[in-house]
Amino acid sequence: MSTAANPLHEITTAEYKYGFVTQIESDTVPRGLSEDVIRLISAKKNEPEFMLEWRLKAYRHWLTMEEPRWANVHYPPIDYQAISYYSAPKLKSRPKSIEEVDPELLATYEKLGIPLKEREILAGVAVDAVFDSISVATTFKDKLAELGIIFCSFSEAVQEHPDLVRKYLGTVVPYTDNFFAALNSAVFSDGSFCYIPRGVRCPMELSTYFRINAASTGQFERTLIVAEEGSYVSYLEGCTAPIRDENQLHAAVVELVALDNASIKYSTVQNWYPGDKEGKGGIYNFVTKRGKCQGVNSKISWTQVETGSAITWKYPSCLLMGDNSVGEFHSVALTNNYQQADTGTKMIHIGKNTRSTVVSKGISAGHGQNTYRGMVKILKGAEGARNFSRCDSLLLGDKCGAHTFPYIEVRNSTATMEHEASTSKIGEDQIFYCQQRGISAEAAVSMIVNGFCKEVFRELPMEFAVEAQKLLGVSLEGSVG
Amino acid sequence: MLEIENLHAKVEGSEILHGIDLRINAGEVHAIMGPNGSGKSTLAKILAGREGYDVTAGKVLFEGQDLLAMTPEDRARAGVFLGFQYPVEIPGVSNMYFLKTALNEIRKYRGLPELDAMDFLVLAREKMKLVDMDEDLMNRAVNEGFSGGEIKRNEVFQMAVLEPRLAVLDETDSGLDIDALKTVARGINAMRRDDRAMLLITHYQRLLNHVVPDKVHVMIDGQVVRSGGKEFALELEEKGYGWLEETEKARA
Repeated sequence: MSTAANPLHEITTAEYKYGFVTQIESDTVPRGLSEDVIRLISAKKNEPEFMLEWRLKAYRHWLTMEEPRWANVHYPPIDYQAISYYSAPKLKSRPKSIEEVDPELLATYEKLGIPLKEREILAGVAVDAVFDSISVATTFKDKLAELGIIFCSFSEAVQEHPDLVRKYLGTVVPYTDNFFAALNSAVFSDGSFCYIPRGVRCPMELSTYFRINAASTGQFERTLIVAEEGSYVSYLEGCTAPIRDENQLHAAVVELVALDNASIKYSTVQNWYPGDKEGKGGIYNFVTKRGKCQGVNSKISWTQVETGSAITWKYPSCLLMGDNSVGEFHSVALTNNYQQADTGTKMIHIGKNTRSTVVSKGISAGHGQNTYRGMVKILKGAEGARNFSRCDSLLLGDKCGAHTFPYIEVRNSTATMEHEASTSKIGEDQIFYCQQRGISAEAAVSMIVNGFCKEVFRELPMEFAVEAQKLLGVSLEGSVG
Repeated sequence: MLEIENLHAKVEGSEILHGIDLRINAGEVHAIMGPNGSGKSTLAKILAGREGYDVTAGKVLFEGQDLLAMTPEDRARAGVFLGFQYPVEIPGVSNMYFLKTALNEIRKYRGLPELDAMDFLVLAREKMKLVDMDEDLMNRAVNEGFSGGEIKRNEVFQMAVLEPRLAVLDETDSGLDIDALKTVARGINAMRRDDRAMLLITHYQRLLNHVVPDKVHVMIDGQVVRSGGKEFALELEEKGYGWLEETEKARA
């Protein structure tokens, strides 16, 4: 026979196409972490006193904590003194408009497919571009401001809207929450801030594009979204990083607050550098994301497509406090080569008639290890709470693994819980069936995987659903012979 | 159209086909019959390019091309269709999307423009009539939750849409009740054309009552032991394969 011995045997050879480095002069603080470094970061950002105090409290708390080891991921100990906690491209002055942004930076985002010049930009999407530790540009700011919507970098929010920051910072993810959240609280450098005023339906997708460029740095960004009564916003984040042999740490925190009748839709397409075929290099993506459905009838919906990073450790969660509030989690996590992912969600039902839906699709290829870890907790007062969870795993080849750890805790007997799970393997029979109809093996795998993820892709904004499908295709490229 | 010469093949080290010779001309329908384990399905899979079979000798020419040198998808694009004995499910992928993708791959290969969703739908609806297929099945995932009859009808429907040059139908009659068998047979008959050849693989005579072949071959133990005209199938139905096996042994 002419073709290779086993169509599922060969492991990916796909090149990570965002792996380039931008040559730009950076202002990077020396490696290492101490109170002085935190003071330096805070000073560089010209922060008010309350921010510095908060950072220092977080740092002191972090010193008392131990790195968590319960996740089903394996990596050598991280030397927190070997990381530089702040790196920013050198700018003559802070650009006031896109025209003033360094062309080198604009070119970088262009190359990533994120044009920042408004006339070229995707219609209906406002972008905040974060490069290493700082935000370099935010588009459509003025147009949004007309509606009273604030969409800017976190640093800018600290300067321009300190009261809002002070009111909500750390109210969903306190710095005491976990090891990485504490570290982030101490050293976070930038991120996005969104505030949607009462009754406003944000007319465009808001998005942040995170890019790690500098070597030996960590990226610690923080995003805060507040949706006032009766407002709506759809937000999307994307991420990439250059190819490097060393592992780089990314420890972000995202906090969402939805007040009465407000709705937040948060979508992530995570494509950090995953490391090479032998598992060398790649980003450690240790992220804390949590939303608080504080008001009645509020809704928070998380959708994530996780294809990058050497290790992913994240559990976008919902605190369902308001009566009738709704939490959703839709996830596709793909691990290829030596990637590891331990991801899932926590749905904490506190208010009456709260509802949550969890749909998780894990795909493992190569030597990838994929873990779903989810908790559904129904507290005593959560009369009439309902949850539906579904976890499906798909395996490609025989060297990868899928693991599922669902935790369910019910303290109210009126709760309705449903949990479904399945594990399947892309069979050679399926691939051959497609081939026999004229579809190549590679296209067949992509088709089968996309079919598997359909329920989740449906939740993504249109343009990004198409992107996500392509991304899955690319991430699996070469995973068949 | 199809010339198989002295084909020997191994699976996991043991030889299953011991020298098959078969020639099918355009416009002809041939049937291969034979007991279980005689190598009929193996032959079908080798023609389609399934992995895991070692061709140790012989050759297969399809319209003059070396079929065995082609990838499975190129064989399909060139016009070889295999109706599967056990078609697989593909969850989450609609039958419509699947078949449209397949058709367009084949059209691309042949230098034809791709069909858009509307044109495809028109074509699909027309072909559905051939096998009384419910449009509802088009929107369901490929073979997922289909009944035995629906699965086989879907295979014939796919063949009708893809319009192959050579159709190899592997036990397309198995698991069908008599009404479904008639429907499937009607679909197959509607596909008979002067420039198309078919190879029916079956255990039983009953399909051949509805799809009358030009030639019938009996395969036993990896070899074609006897060939004949359409009457031969009736003879087999009456006598079984036992007497042929006996004669084979006697000859050996």
